[in-house]
Amino acid sequence: MQDTTQFHAVDPLLKVEDLVVEYGVGGRTIHAVSGVSLQIARGETLGLVGESGCGKSTLGRAVLQLRPAVSGRVLFDGEDLTAMRGEALRRMRRRVQLIFQDPIASLNPRRRIGDIVAEPLVIAGYKDSGERQALVEEVLNAVGLDPTVVSGRLPHEFSGGQCQRICIARALVLKPEFIICDEPVSALDVSIRAQILNLLEQMKARYGLTLLFIAHDLAVVKAVSDRVAVMYLGRLCEVGPSEQVFANPAHPYTALLIAAIPVPDPDVRPAESIAAGEPPSPIAPPSGCRFRTRCPRADERCAAEVPELSLVAPGQYAACHHPLA
Amino acid sequence: MATLELVVSDGVTAAPARRGRRLGPLFWAAIGWMALIFAVAILAPVLPLPSPTDMDMLERRAPFSLEHWLGTDGLGRDELARLIHGARISLVVGLCAPIIGLTIGGALGMLAGYFRGRFEALVVGSMDVLLAFPPLILALAVTAYLGQSILNLTLILGVLGIPAFMRVARAATLSLARREFVIAAEALGATHARILLRELLPNVMLPLLAFFLLGVAVTIVAEGALSFLGLGVPPPISSWGSMIGEGRESLDVAPRLAFLPAIAMFLTVLSFNLVGDSLRALTDPRQGAL
Amino acid sequence: MSGRALLSVEDVAVDLPTPRGNLRAVDHVDLSVGAGRTLGIVGESGCGKTMLSRAILQLLPKKARLSGRVMFDGQDLARCGAGVLRKLRARSLAVVFQDPMTSLNPVLTIGTQLVETLQEHLELDAATARQRSAELLAAVGIPAPEQRLAQYPHQLSGGMRQRVAIAIALSCEPKLLIADEPTTALDVTIQAQILDLLAREQRRRHMAMILITHDLGVVAGRTDEVAVMYAGRVVERAPTVQLFKTMRMPYTEALFAAIPKLDAAPHTPLPAISGRPPDPTRPLRGCSFSPRCRYANGRCQQEKPALADAESPDHRYACFHPIAPAAGGAS
Repeated sequence: MQDTTQFHAVDPLLKVEDLVVEYGVGGRTIHAVSGVSLQIARGETLGLVGESGCGKSTLGRAVLQLRPAVSGRVLFDGEDLTAMRGEALRRMRRRVQLIFQDPIASLNPRRRIGDIVAEPLVIAGYKDSGERQALVEEVLNAVGLDPTVVSGRLPHEFSGGQCQRICIARALVLKPEFIICDEPVSALDVSIRAQILNLLEQMKARYGLTLLFIAHDLAVVKAVSDRVAVMYLGRLCEVGPSEQVFANPAHPYTALLIAAIPVPDPDVRPAESIAAGEPPSPIAPPSGCRFRTRCPRADERCAAEVPELSLVAPGQYAACHHPLA
Repeated sequence: MATLELVVSDGVTAAPARRGRRLGPLFWAAIGWMALIFAVAILAPVLPLPSPTDMDMLERRAPFSLEHWLGTDGLGRDELARLIHGARISLVVGLCAPIIGLTIGGALGMLAGYFRGRFEALVVGSMDVLLAFPPLILALAVTAYLGQSILNLTLILGVLGIPAFMRVARAATLSLARREFVIAAEALGATHARILLRELLPNVMLPLLAFFLLGVAVTIVAEGALSFLGLGVPPPISSWGSMIGEGRESLDVAPRLAFLPAIAMFLTVLSFNLVGDSLRALTDPRQGAL
Repeated sequence: MSGRALLSVEDVAVDLPTPRGNLRAVDHVDLSVGAGRTLGIVGESGCGKTMLSRAILQLLPKKARLSGRVMFDGQDLARCGAGVLRKLRARSLAVVFQDPMTSLNPVLTIGTQLVETLQEHLELDAATARQRSAELLAAVGIPAPEQRLAQYPHQLSGGMRQRVAIAIALSCEPKLLIADEPTTALDVTIQAQILDLLAREQRRRHMAMILITHDLGVVAGRTDEVAVMYAGRVVERAPTVQLFKTMRMPYTEALFAAIPKLDAAPHTPLPAISGRPPDPTRPLRGCSFSPRCRYANGRCQQEKPALADAESPDHRYACFHPIAPAAGGAS
């Protein structure tokens, strides 16, 4: 078992231990997550970045027990979520929430906003409708929406950005401790993205949240994360403080991702395609290091041995046999 | 620099304007006919009509007259009264049978589409078996064993309609069950029952209702066909189908005896179809709006 | 602009009747692209960039009304007959869309789609067309092209499908390629490859290209000229390098500032643009951006600024209070 790659002196709020998630599609197994371990400290934002198919969304859902894990544990505040069932799990859900990528699809098109935001309270057992309404109004105001205008309307009357605010309000109404943001701004326009990112930062400060921020856009991830984890084809490649990882990536995949980002500066000529080829399929991932098929530094050891996350710089870990200097 | 946008009245769209289809004159004509039929069917006992079963052998196949507005049929019974009472049968069977399909088929379809796996395979399989069964044989068997009555007729047609409603409900549920708002409800700790009733049902209800109206139309025709064949409502209760059957013998002498009930059935079925179509068109765009 | 423009969009406006009133999707736009040059059109959703590309290609919805001229190689596309247009499509004008899954026919093999296009427009026989198809697939970087010809779109990854779409677009050697958000649906590493491919092919064939995107980063490195659109109008237009060095229109500056930059420290607050784009069925009397602009004043709300140039004829912007060159520049 991969042990403690990140090390906080403080007791972490979330601890994922060697999580494996697989599912079958038409007789074949997709190895979505293959042994991921990470820790998130209280009050921290961990960014999880990777391209499509790397398993980051699946990991997010598996942490919340919305997808069954084949093996591994998820410890939230010391309690094992994977072992929980029924009522205990439902009670735990109030402390952990999820925000999705498509804000409009995340809202039931036939229910009013007021009801949607109050739903978590109803499920949690708040019987007093006056109390519920007060909490709903409070949280709608916090995300910048006027409850008197918004509560009685249906989701299709709002824009993407406004819907995402509503989703954030719904996630906050129970005052959770931990929120997983699964690509919360990818479906939004550039100018709205900035608004929502700022809102998330504000809400984090106001409610004292811990965030797992999943995205494929590195610049967005860097803007909100304290530490960042890079994922490729079901495994973690690199973990470390954001500033450090982006300035000095140790894993070749991280370097590839950074180099591929189109920079809005005409003087920066985009580098000629560094790694040709496409990511392999998660049905039959390569042996050993999964990135070796696209890595310019790969050799036989990479095919034979699975690299483990190991320390390459203070606080920075990379799973590579030949990390970048 | 302001980073939060406050919703101002201009931000949110004003009362959602009617999207797309305007309900044309055809729709309102259909509604009008349906209202008329429902009205006469409900008020039939209090309307000043001659009895539909009183035979007047001297006035057989009589033409239109003040006494008999639409004439009389082969046994001297008042045609108009029979038409109106026929409407009652058609509407009762036409509405009640699909309700059986809607409730049972709809429930099965939603559960199958939500839970998937072996349960779904079982439901779909059994529906396929039911569909493969020749409906006429079933009708014959039931009437042979349990006798002919409106209740049995309704039950037969109701049961035969279950697979179709199951399909519609299942298709709608499948497309919705993996949408984010359902996962969001799961993430909140909602129980299966709550998700089915509060999240899925309001969304599945619309296509089911639109299909229900079409089902009514089909059932009226089916009832007519069964009655025409003598398997439907037993005489002397009049049903449009049996009236058409009886009118067959008089086609050369008094074609109106067959055509009047046929026209009534045609207009009624057409109206239900038009209204069902319009409702479906109205509700569809809204589902995926924005 | 060097040489005569291959494509010249002159005062084009597109109106769409909707139940909520008339929607002016494109509001009197002027643009031009020369042979071998790349024009980038940047804007957020709803700014009209997709409608503009449809207007150029004459692929507007039936209810839309187009006014103005679309001069392509001397001909006004808006007034051409259907036969002429069909000949122009694929041979001179090609397009690559955002989602390759829906722009490729899912029930036909890749080979069939390529061969069909070649046969239709170049009148090749089946064998030659098949051979050319394999060559095209190789040229766009698809490994084992012969096998791919027999495959269906769903058997390929998103990046591969987009390459196929590009191969189809390039198959008849068009003079102008319009790429409408070609990489938005793709991963960032594949995005870089696809953009490289487009640039390479463009250079080789001396083709003109219009690259439509919402991503300022994409246009920065790969276009010669950029036009920024907002609410159906072009609000700024300049050679790329010049645009990034001196942004005059406040919207461009705000758009640039709202992008998280890779070299900024984490938790740097992003200067977001407040408010939302205007409702296109309720056009404002003055400048469309004025409700969200921090420099706006009375005149901005009353009058619509025209796209004009002040100092250099290459750099045009539609604003009464352009950002002064000295203080401007990349945020």
